[in-house]
Amino acid sequence: MNEIFTLMKHELSLTLILFILLFLKLGKETWKAESTLGFISLLLLLNFLFGFVMNGTGSLFGDMFHTNATIAFEKNILNFGAFIISLQAFSWLKDHKHLPEFYMLMVSTLIGMFFMISSGNLLMFYLGLELSTIPLAALSNFDLLKRQSSEAAMKMILSSAFSSGILLFGISMMYGTTGTVSFSELPQHLDGSALQVFAFILLFTGFAFKMSVVPFHFWTADVYEGSPASVTSYLSVISKGAVIFVFVTVLYTVFKPMAEMWYHVLFLASVLTMVIGNLFAIRQNNLKRFLAFSSIAQVGFILIGISGSSQTGMASVIYFILIYVFSNLGAFGVVALVSALTGKENVNDYKGFYKTNPLLSWVLTISLFSLAGIPPTAGFFGKLFLLTAGAGKGNYLLITIAALNMIVSLYYYLRIVKAMFMDANEQPIEKLIIPFLPKIALFICVAGMIALGFVSDLYNYIYSLSFGM
Amino acid sequence: MNEIPLLHILFVSTALFFIGMYGFFTRRNIITMLMSIELILNSVNINFVAFNKYLYPDKLDGLFFAIFIIAIAAAEAAVAIAIIINLYRSHSSIDVEDADELKF
Repeated sequence: MNEIFTLMKHELSLTLILFILLFLKLGKETWKAESTLGFISLLLLLNFLFGFVMNGTGSLFGDMFHTNATIAFEKNILNFGAFIISLQAFSWLKDHKHLPEFYMLMVSTLIGMFFMISSGNLLMFYLGLELSTIPLAALSNFDLLKRQSSEAAMKMILSSAFSSGILLFGISMMYGTTGTVSFSELPQHLDGSALQVFAFILLFTGFAFKMSVVPFHFWTADVYEGSPASVTSYLSVISKGAVIFVFVTVLYTVFKPMAEMWYHVLFLASVLTMVIGNLFAIRQNNLKRFLAFSSIAQVGFILIGISGSSQTGMASVIYFILIYVFSNLGAFGVVALVSALTGKENVNDYKGFYKTNPLLSWVLTISLFSLAGIPPTAGFFGKLFLLTAGAGKGNYLLITIAALNMIVSLYYYLRIVKAMFMDANEQPIEKLIIPFLPKIALFICVAGMIALGFVSDLYNYIYSLSFGM
Repeated sequence: MNEIPLLHILFVSTALFFIGMYGFFTRRNIITMLMSIELILNSVNINFVAFNKYLYPDKLDGLFFAIFIIAIAAAEAAVAIAIIINLYRSHSSIDVEDADELKF
């Protein structure tokens, strides 16, 4: 009994928050929106801090659920991102009628992701994946009266249902050829027969849909543009990060016998993802859509790190996602704030932004530099480790393509910076008053982006948690 | 009694999978697209149950998987229909071609 409490504490504490939110919703509404939001953010902060103490190692329910220090660390990253997003959602949610529901849906997707990360079985993995995607579709419809929001939610639920159908077909083939769905037993039965390769391709398709790897990325930009900005940042950071964590573990442990085969799949997918993500990002004018394509391109770089299939590979992926949380949330934080206060989301609206809002411009600039990978920021170190891990395989063609893509990406990141600092505008966005909670979130993001690159102990710690093939 | 060979059942389930896929790509009514997805999920269920019965009759993994898929499919359909109702309120149509504000 005690074991359940220590091993499942991340999930249990989130469930507790879910119940508190439920009572908050059902009780008499005497609280002001501001204090409710502050209270919920405090709960999420406590939940994040609680993630660091009393971590156990072991498995439960006949190896359906397992946890260890690596998984706890990954869950802490996601918890932290959820906390930052709850701070940033302040200016958007403070006038929203259904405030607690947003957090209820968000926390339940987070629980789904935690179960997915901890899963030791394809059944558990599937349940976690669905628990994390179905409420997300409801979340992207959260601006109930906006036409774009409901269109985005429709696209999201249809494509995610379709992709999980493909994933399930792959799992059923895998079950047919091996007779088991448990992660620990699968590798002994994998022999690389044609049916198993087919099943793996279908499984990879399911993963690729959720990570928005290129041939399966079409839903990403539409959903990111239509959803409310806070939901978009949640989609692009937390939900993507969780799937990538699982993907790395599954590839390195379950599909170890097929390593040679999936290396080629990853090679092709990462080149396509980087090139197409970058080329489409160049022509975007809506900032949310632009950040969607930039996040597609980032996944291409992450796939290079994964393809390294060494301890460095896994460490660099976890480290990069940690940095990606800070940089992407910094950028989305500014975009969400401006979008909630003024409703403006286009690059042209940001012209002359520096004259009126120097602080926000600097935050957005540092975030974009970090996403592009310019040295003083942490993003540089993240990309450096990813490419180092990929180079370990000796495939320098892939690294060259990645380096060229980084140069292309500089163009469109700097285009935003140029619009803010250099371009003149008759009617720039007026001076915005930043509320207290989003301000804290932005400061945390900036501090993280600048400091994380210099804390080498952190990378060593992540390296000690990782495993290779 | 003559048993139906596993191959025939797999043929049915694979056909169902691709019929579902075809429907999903060609139909323009969102409800019909949702029904096509249900076809895909049902083909997976047939696969699981058939594999379990014919190849691994001593364990119940496949059956449980099928039951969970049915439950999740119901949940997914519930959320999808709620979203479709909301889409209908704003667009007065459930044709995907009418929801065309977000592109490129």
